Amino acid sequence: MEHFIALVTKPDNVPIVAILFLIPYFLWLSYRQARQTDLAGVPSDAALNDKVYVWPYLCRNEFICAIIVMLVLGIWSITIDAPLEEPSDPTKTPNPSKAPWYFLALQEMLVYFDPWVAGVVLPGLIIAGLIAIPYVDINPKGKGYYTIKERPFALAVFCFGFIILWIVLMVVGTFLRGPGWNFFAPWQKWDPHLVVPLTNVNLSYLFGIRDEPTANFFGFVVVAGYYALGPIFYVWKQKSSRFLQELGLVRYILVSFLFLTMLALPIKMVLRLGLNIKYVWVSPWFNI
Amino acid sequence: MNEERKGLKEKITNSDIWRSIFRHGYENTGRRYTLQVLQNVWLHLHPPRVSRHALNFRFTWCMGGITFLMFLVTAVTGVLLMFYYRPTAEYAFSDVQYLEFDIPFGMLLRNMHRWAAHGMVISVMLHMFRVFLTGSYKKPREFNWGVGVILLLVTFFLSFTGYLLPWDQLAFWAVTVGTNMARATPVLGHEGPFAPEPITQANDVRFALLAGTIVGPSTLLRFYILHCVAVPLLASVLMALHFWRVRKDGGISGPL
Ligand code: HEM
Repeated sequence: MEHFIALVTKPDNVPIVAILFLIPYFLWLSYRQARQTDLAGVPSDAALNDKVYVWPYLCRNEFICAIIVMLVLGIWSITIDAPLEEPSDPTKTPNPSKAPWYFLALQEMLVYFDPWVAGVVLPGLIIAGLIAIPYVDINPKGKGYYTIKERPFALAVFCFGFIILWIVLMVVGTFLRGPGWNFFAPWQKWDPHLVVPLTNVNLSYLFGIRDEPTANFFGFVVVAGYYALGPIFYVWKQKSSRFLQELGLVRYILVSFLFLTMLALPIKMVLRLGLNIKYVWVSPWFNI
Repeated sequence: MNEERKGLKEKITNSDIWRSIFRHGYENTGRRYTLQVLQNVWLHLHPPRVSRHALNFRFTWCMGGITFLMFLVTAVTGVLLMFYYRPTAEYAFSDVQYLEFDIPFGMLLRNMHRWAAHGMVISVMLHMFRVFLTGSYKKPREFNWGVGVILLLVTFFLSFTGYLLPWDQLAFWAVTVGTNMARATPVLGHEGPFAPEPITQANDVRFALLAGTIVGPSTLLRFYILHCVAVPLLASVLMALHFWRVRKDGGISGPL
């Protein structure tokens, strides 16, 4: 437990601790406003046409906000010193070696996927997916105010991605990953000699497939089948769903691809942690 | 009594000394308020008027503004730090030590720079979260959301390149771990899938990033220049674009 307290109070981990308070606070703040809108309706035009002069009203707010933030930063800087460890030494690898805190969700993904997926493809898709959001979210409602009722799906997807897959993984990576990137609960001592037996097998092995070409083909079928869920759902629902018709095929393919890729991370986590599955698809060129 | 005070006030404000300092009085009019914003080089990016709800902390959380403030703090403290820091493997670490122990307020300067940088990463993530929750990326702000996503990456990269500069164990290994994944880039990394024959450890993307096969003195110089010159410039240009578009897209979004 002592080492955990030391870890939490490490100067460089202050931002993470701050985030642990800030995210719930802002969630609560926005939830309250969303509920108010959902119960009472979107504020009327009259209140909105009300304009105020930037000088002095906005400038005053900016000024007060800047002073408060500078005060917090000043106190933070006076009371907590930036870390400086021993001079760098390429021959002394610390265990665990961690990337800066804001990349720890990516480092955490390395447990479940090979580096080319976790470190390159998925980050690339996160960026592309973020940029694509305004172009694929065709719901005109919920623009410029907090609401839950008018866009539940968009909110659920984004909050899951941001809070669970980015913030929570970052916190886990910082506080609960010890030597060898092994998982340690707060009360467990970090043991650098801990050996976790690797009994992971590939999905094809679990299904009794032993020879490589068949395993390769099997993996391909599983992955292709997974991504085919998107088109299948489209064909099944397209006739009856006005939403799908408005969305159109191109946007739908993009959304379903990105959505399934995002869900692949928690699915792979469950497969790894629950069934000790290493790869779903083993091919001569890459493994997934 | 009141009359007396008024007379005194007039006497003072009409005196030669007062009028030599203050060129004219302050009119309390909308025209004056508008000109105040339009004529001030620091304020002119603002529109003269905004809708009332845009002032509300509960709506914007002030996070975009705080991100910008943090950027300004890192820019000012960063320039001061540059006076004491040499980006070479011999000097980098001892310069930071010297800064901490011998330069007046050197430790405070370094702390402010580091914590403002961390603060910027936090606030930019929260800003993005707020913009999503209020649906502010919707028409006509699609493009500005995209600019924002690039700014998010630029903020991460700014922080990441700075992380190496103290040249201690923390810096060295964080950057080693952070750049290791680049070797697995498909096609362009020597350990990635589909890497063609000519791609080796000494010419793949990771090499381009590190200026070497491991983090070394040339990496330090490369990251220093990216951190102090190239990326801040890029960030400034993108922020100017971002702020301009906030205004052109009709100001802070609202339910209309
Ligand atoms: C260096 C980083 C950034 C800075 C300095 C910055 C600054 C600002 C400022 C000052 C505003 C005015 C409203 C507010 O404060 O909320 C704003 C609005 C906006 N920002 Fe950013 N921003 C940054 C990054 C981002 C990111 C990462 C995104 C999204 C991915 C984004 C998307 C937007 C959008 C769409 C608006 C308009 C919001 C509205 O009209 O309600 N920005 N930004």
